[in-house]
Amino acid sequence: MNNLIFLPIVLPLIASVIAAFFPKKLNLSRKFAQITSVILTIMTAALTWHVLTNGTIVVQSGGWEAPFGISIVGDGLSMILVMTTYIIGTAAVFYAPSVLDKQQESFYFYAFFFLLISGVSGAFMTGDLFNLFVFFEVLLIASYGLIVLGNGKVQLRESMKYVLFNVFSSMLFVTAIAFIYAITGTVNFAQLAERVEYVEQAGILTTVAIILFFVFAVKAAIFPLYYWLPNSYVVPNAVVSALFGALLTKVGIYSILRVFTLIFVHDTGVTHQIFIWLAMFTMLFGVIGALSTNNVKLIITYNIIPAVGFMLMGIGLYTEDAIAGSVYYLMHDMVIKGALFFLIGALIVAAGTKDLREMSGVIQKFPLLGWIFFVASLILAGVPPFSGFIGKILLLRGGLEQEEFLLVIIALISSLLILFSMMRIFIRGFWGDLMDNISDDRKRVRNLTIPGVVLVSISIFLGVGAEAVYPHVESIANMLMDRTDYISSVLKE
Amino acid sequence: MEIIMTGLASILFGAGIYNLLQKQLLRIVVGTVLVSHGAHLYFLTMAQLKRGAPPLVVDGVTEYADPLPQALVLTAIVIAFGVTSFLLVLAYRTYTLNKTDNMEELRGSDHE
Repeated sequence: MNNLIFLPIVLPLIASVIAAFFPKKLNLSRKFAQITSVILTIMTAALTWHVLTNGTIVVQSGGWEAPFGISIVGDGLSMILVMTTYIIGTAAVFYAPSVLDKQQESFYFYAFFFLLISGVSGAFMTGDLFNLFVFFEVLLIASYGLIVLGNGKVQLRESMKYVLFNVFSSMLFVTAIAFIYAITGTVNFAQLAERVEYVEQAGILTTVAIILFFVFAVKAAIFPLYYWLPNSYVVPNAVVSALFGALLTKVGIYSILRVFTLIFVHDTGVTHQIFIWLAMFTMLFGVIGALSTNNVKLIITYNIIPAVGFMLMGIGLYTEDAIAGSVYYLMHDMVIKGALFFLIGALIVAAGTKDLREMSGVIQKFPLLGWIFFVASLILAGVPPFSGFIGKILLLRGGLEQEEFLLVIIALISSLLILFSMMRIFIRGFWGDLMDNISDDRKRVRNLTIPGVVLVSISIFLGVGAEAVYPHVESIANMLMDRTDYISSVLKE
Repeated sequence: MEIIMTGLASILFGAGIYNLLQKQLLRIVVGTVLVSHGAHLYFLTMAQLKRGAPPLVVDGVTEYADPLPQALVLTAIVIAFGVTSFLLVLAYRTYTLNKTDNMEELRGSDHE
């Protein structure tokens, strides 16, 4: 049973290689991708259930014991994130045929897609800092392949900046690992967590922690480092944007969550206090960006940034409630960002334009799309009883316990402004008189709406069925706060 | 020896970042290459430069070399190599489509 934990990483890698053999046979590769991802999702769900009920599974690759071999750790946090990744991936595969044009689809979309899933799952499950770097590169290289699909003039221009930014931060990642290896002599998470306590000069460790935070903050788009995100996420195709918005920034925030709850907890007064300040600015600036534009896709893209701020807020507060809030919000945000990008892709096809000023009355022709978009907006803003509310209330309660009142006020204001930015799309795009340029292709719009509907209903379940989900999240937060469990399950001492 | 290597790595970093801040696309690509060389060299240096036998227990050998940083740097070099070749192709395509290799002219907020 234990070795099965490799499957969420290895099987998509194999699927990616297989899909690369027949990119031009569209029907075959569509069917292959859909069937494979459904099977993989069911398998991952079973694995996740096993981990949640029976506890962490650790596999040492090659049979080498923990500090020498590479550990793959399937604990609760990793597994629920991997499962969410697979759910979004499956929805994306069913969404892709209607939104990609044939040329884009035949240029190895499915191969890159599976490679991306493999990289993201690997990054969630690895128990080794260097291996995290390798999986980051796997998912980044897949994302480079996806972002240039379509070969447009503006697209290449923005891809260039995206790639350069990521290459530079990857090199900083290598440097930070070099520092850590020099100080502690290991790159294994569990052994690092053990040895960090015995390092004599804690100041050096804090410096390295900040360098590492810088690297993850670039990927996660946190306040001073988010300016690469809006332009490069808005130019690719809607399905690619959905995958990026739902998965890539979340890998960055997961890395921060893992590293700063397991390893660098020696000086929370410095590091975690910085997080609180950055979280405030991230929320504010992201939401200001969302209000500044009339491009509907750009509004959604900017809404990624305040969500990252919310998750960072939980990590900065560093209490059990707040960490549970961050984990809940992480899950919720992956699902709802995927759903929103899918729905916005459908809206752009339905309205025939990206400009909010040129669209109106879409709901008269496409009522399902309109109402699902409305519900998705409420979920994103955190209106009860949906899933955004559960995450936010935990975070806010954590904030009040720590008496960070300014943070709580800013979080509430930015939630309100998120709702406002989404309602702008709903009121001006969906209401009003029916415009001439609205598409007549009902079948295509319906195909584009259904994956969004599925993700929105999962999100509603996360909110309404919180009683079933929350105990697991609570025990995950418990494990994150109490580091001994992770360390002993990896090192087996 | 470590001091010299660290100095070399810092020169590579400095030169790389100088090139990254230039406007010409090709110079920026060269900048990323230099930064990655600096990072790799730095990684090897940080794990101490020493001669020694492979880490297998053999009679009469007392000095062992640390194999881990060598393995890690090898992986990082391969990744950097692949990404650089992709970056060159991307830079060339960007140049042919946009008809300029000047970053100043590649800015903009129009989204097609």
